[in-house]
Amino acid sequence: MRKFKEKLSGRVFFALAFSSISALALITVFILIKGLPIIGKIGLSEFFGMTWAPVSQNKFGIFPMIVGTVSVTLGAALIGVPIGICCSIFLAEYAPAAVRNIFRPAIQLLAGIPSVVYGFWGLIFIVPLIREYLGGPGLSILAGAIILAIMILPTVISISEVSLLSLPRQYKEGALALGMTHWQTIKSVLLPSAKSGIVAAVILGIGRAVGETMAVILVLGNAPALPASLKDSVRTLTTNIGIEMGYASGDHQEALFATGIVLFIIIMILNSTAQYVTRKKH
Amino acid sequence: MRDNLKIPRRKVKLKTDAADLYYGSHHALGGITFDIYERSITAIIGPSGCGKSTLLRLYNRMNDLIPGVRVEGEVYLDGVPLYDRAADVVSLRQKVGMVFQKPNVFPMSIFDNIVIGPRHQGIRKKRDLEEIARKSLEAVSLWDEVKDELKKSGLSLSPGAQQRLCIARALAVAPEVILMDESCSALDPESTMKIEELMLELAKKYTILIVTHNMEQAVRVSDMSAFMMIDERKIGRLVEYAPTSEMFSNPKDKRTEDYITGRFG
Repeated sequence: MRKFKEKLSGRVFFALAFSSISALALITVFILIKGLPIIGKIGLSEFFGMTWAPVSQNKFGIFPMIVGTVSVTLGAALIGVPIGICCSIFLAEYAPAAVRNIFRPAIQLLAGIPSVVYGFWGLIFIVPLIREYLGGPGLSILAGAIILAIMILPTVISISEVSLLSLPRQYKEGALALGMTHWQTIKSVLLPSAKSGIVAAVILGIGRAVGETMAVILVLGNAPALPASLKDSVRTLTTNIGIEMGYASGDHQEALFATGIVLFIIIMILNSTAQYVTRKKH
Repeated sequence: MRDNLKIPRRKVKLKTDAADLYYGSHHALGGITFDIYERSITAIIGPSGCGKSTLLRLYNRMNDLIPGVRVEGEVYLDGVPLYDRAADVVSLRQKVGMVFQKPNVFPMSIFDNIVIGPRHQGIRKKRDLEEIARKSLEAVSLWDEVKDELKKSGLSLSPGAQQRLCIARALAVAPEVILMDESCSALDPESTMKIEELMLELAKKYTILIVTHNMEQAVRVSDMSAFMMIDERKIGRLVEYAPTSEMFSNPKDKRTEDYITGRFG
């Protein structure tokens, strides 16, 4: 009887674990089936073309959206990564326990705020600021980048902090024992030693930014055209799907699934790079 | 045992004067007073948990890293107080180097491991750094072994060679005192022998202070021995301090005798 229970429990866990993997497989297959035909139909050059006019001209070029995703994500990384890494250094190396105990849960809370709330806050706070001080409509790459920078902070901070904290204590002691200052120790020994973890943190943060939809829908303006400056409106790959899926049909709907394939590939590349970097040891 | 040394004539390098150390409310070291002589090897021996490492870390203020540590009394390096408010911990640690129990080679090249200290002291010229690397590696007899692979990761070396690399790294900063915290305990007998030979060689130039569990090692390398034990209130005390030859042939204190004859510890 006991043996039977053992066997059964093993099978049950396997079935549950398998179901999560099969969800991934199902989604992948579904997106591919729905999205690939349209790419075959219009060809890669039109699919990666300049014009997205699904209803009026039957054109499905997603290049402006790729530019939108890349520009907003890059902007978010440029703002968010330095702040995030500095914050993780502060928490791991400088903050007294009392401060750390306030900061850590606060940063986790930041991760728990629904993305629509970020978007809404950006719309009523960041967008008017940009409109007033920099001109333009305010709905812009810059607004999206700022919102996403805040949203990727928890990922960047917590993973960087963990990789700093998991270094052997002997590294720090060894460096200090050589007469290096605390900052020299951080800069020349701890950060290089934690490099792989920090790079992974940055990549996962970027992955988060690429995939974010709701927050950026509200602040980007969503014009499916090439931007000329940071103050211009753009549309990202995710918002393209989010905005149009509700009413799209036929080729149009398939083109949105095809957009999903592109997103999927980008995220897969980012995540596997992060995994590769963390696994690679000296 | 190096009987030929006339210890009392030597200059005092480190003077410990009624030092007490507390970890929060825990009184870890009590009333430690003794002098460590220049260019000699002093061994701190005693049972586990008696405060040997804590005492060793008093001399490069490594205990400062632990929150809630408090030191009373004073320690002098060449007559200069270490725990004075004006004392500079960074320059102290450049004068008092340390080698740890386990080799703590940084995850970078052999060359970078050695010159990381000098680099942060402002030595930038490549030729100067190469000279320092060569001299330091020669001093630990590692140069011939690694001179063609200075770019390789320090972690690729054997544990014994890693520990010698750590000693070379400490030497590269040009210290006057070297603290060794059970630096052979993680090594095989052959590597241990090499490090012991190295200690004897280095003692011609440097003041060396070692913590060791290995009584034979203390006998083999040290000039002076300091025996520590915790008292009934769990405070680490210095029980006896004498030339090693004297302590091991004719211990003055009953507790020292019990320990070195292996009756406990």
